Amino acid sequence: MKSLTRLFAIMHKELLQILRDRLTFGMIVGVPLLQLTLFGFAINTDVRNLRAGVADEANTSLSREMIADMSSSQVVDFQYQVGSPLELGQLLDAGLISVGLHIPPDFDRRVQQNAGQAAQLLVDGTDPVIQGVARQLMTIPVSFDSQASARSVPLLELRNFYNPERRSAINVVPGLIGVILTMTMVLFTGLAIVRERERGNLELLINTPIKRTELMLGKILPYVVIGLIQVTIILLLGRFLFQVPIRGSLLDVFIVVLVFIATNLSLGLLISTAAQTQFQAMQIAFFFFLPSILLSGFMFPFHGMPLPAQYLAEILPLTHFVRLIRGVMLRGADLNLMLTDILALLLFLGVTLTMATLRFSKRLD
Amino acid sequence: MHEKSRFVIEASGLTKKFGSLTAVNNIELRVPEGVIYGFLGPNGSGKSTTIRMLCGLLSPTSGSVQVLGLRVPEDVEKLKQRIGYMTQRFSLYDDLSVIENLQFMGEIYALPRRMRKERIHELMVRFNLEERANQRAGTLSGGQKQRLALAAATIHDPKLLLLDEPTSAVDPQNRRDFWEMLFSMAEQGTTILVSTHYMDEAERCHRLAILDQGELVADGSPKELAAAIAVQVIEVSASEPNRARAALHKVPEIFSITQLGMQLRVLIPRHIHAAEQLVIQSLQVSGVEAHVRTVQANLEDVFVAVTEKHHEGRAA
Repeated sequence: MKSLTRLFAIMHKELLQILRDRLTFGMIVGVPLLQLTLFGFAINTDVRNLRAGVADEANTSLSREMIADMSSSQVVDFQYQVGSPLELGQLLDAGLISVGLHIPPDFDRRVQQNAGQAAQLLVDGTDPVIQGVARQLMTIPVSFDSQASARSVPLLELRNFYNPERRSAINVVPGLIGVILTMTMVLFTGLAIVRERERGNLELLINTPIKRTELMLGKILPYVVIGLIQVTIILLLGRFLFQVPIRGSLLDVFIVVLVFIATNLSLGLLISTAAQTQFQAMQIAFFFFLPSILLSGFMFPFHGMPLPAQYLAEILPLTHFVRLIRGVMLRGADLNLMLTDILALLLFLGVTLTMATLRFSKRLD
Repeated sequence: MHEKSRFVIEASGLTKKFGSLTAVNNIELRVPEGVIYGFLGPNGSGKSTTIRMLCGLLSPTSGSVQVLGLRVPEDVEKLKQRIGYMTQRFSLYDDLSVIENLQFMGEIYALPRRMRKERIHELMVRFNLEERANQRAGTLSGGQKQRLALAAATIHDPKLLLLDEPTSAVDPQNRRDFWEMLFSMAEQGTTILVSTHYMDEAERCHRLAILDQGELVADGSPKELAAAIAVQVIEVSASEPNRARAALHKVPEIFSITQLGMQLRVLIPRHIHAAEQLVIQSLQVSGVEAHVRTVQANLEDVFVAVTEKHHEGRAA
């Protein structure tokens, strides 16, 4: 009973402070809104309208046909017509184009003889996406018999599961829930205790009969509610702004989210026991945040990474969450099929929470 | 009832080391019930460290502590419901109002709901905070903050109150009011341990301990300390105090000279006979005109005497 009174005291105080601190309150609502609209609209893996230049030294009907084919794919937009490959190089150097097409004077003869490459693509290799696009361009068929090329059948038929329209938002939004939660939840709790240490409140608190677990739980629970509010905002926006479906059960979505929120909060607590100042807490949080975004599979395909990176990623909660949430939301998968990922999150939660409670001492030395 | 110690705080051989630095060295401390007990000492003398060890925030490197009959730090959690602690810095929540802060502390000490309300009202009346009830604590003045902190530290009616330099950010009028409150609490049976570096505050304590460089160099009531002082105090009034000071500086028997306006307070060890004559002669030799008389030692003299002697002992 006394324990409950104390727990509620901490929670009540924490909520009052959250509501009064405009910056925190802004982050709760602002971060999901901003990130969702930014990522949802801006991240586009379906590349179009890359600026390009062409040096057509052949200027035959065949070369013009090839340029027209490439333009009609809408992948490249030939904004520059120049006379020599040298000038293409200069345009690349200046950053004015990402792709340059050089067609040599003997283009027709090369195509006819079918001997080696007939033309050359100059590509800005600093951007990995553009290299992928270049590969796509290389598959455009060129021959004198335009009828034949139109009829040629690709070897493989492509069937796109779960996202047939290839909309990036569908790939991005579920993972984004994880990214936003990682960012806000770790930071909130990380700062929540360090702030009290910095302002001297903690010295007073640890001189009262409050127990470690009461303090920890009282600090975490309000943020669980806040995390759920954030997720609801994202899901609603995703649904109505980007038509992101929830193919699995809503209950499963919230189970996964709840476990993930708890995991991040306890990580935040652990950070707060190590950091002395709010700035340090922030640094540690970002040290953790960056690999989470890059390695979790949110940005790049998980199995495309080298093995050591994959092992490292398995330690990060976001990796498991991205798998789980994509599974539930997009594939409509049953949670029973993904128990290992749930267990991994629970394990992480158990370890960090125990460590945080053990490390938090009601002493100053 | 089993026999209880007369002392609220009993510490012996209390030592705290931070790495190679000894912050508190082998302190013996006995604080009787119902008194205001002062810790007097300059910054860095170990006052805060000692108080933090007494309430279990720091664990001693060696030595033993008993507070209200409980062993510290072993039984410290049982102790926390019975002691109040006021930190040097204001440590309530700036972004909560006066009444919210008190409610929070009342809940943390798990006072029953009805009692909590009454108690908060009573404290706000007693500490003159009623008009500020809904003001955020961060916007209070220094004196108001300190009254709020004291109200919060006493919300659970503790038997022992530990105050770590409570008046360092408060003007003299507020300091006086604050001490009136302490006296009325002590009358009602609360034992109060308060650290300070103000002489006038130390003088008001029932008993006090003087700390210097982590060691307890003297303790007793202010009167006892002044009576037991091992120096005699000679007051020199001169129209040219600087010249008088220069003249007296050459006398090896003189322990210390402190200037107060046109007067010098000269401390000479008690075993020197005819100290007044010595001072008069020294001034005559240098041709300085002055009025010389022996006076009663005050607490400041005690402080100078015990800390300087202590430093000499270290150097030797």
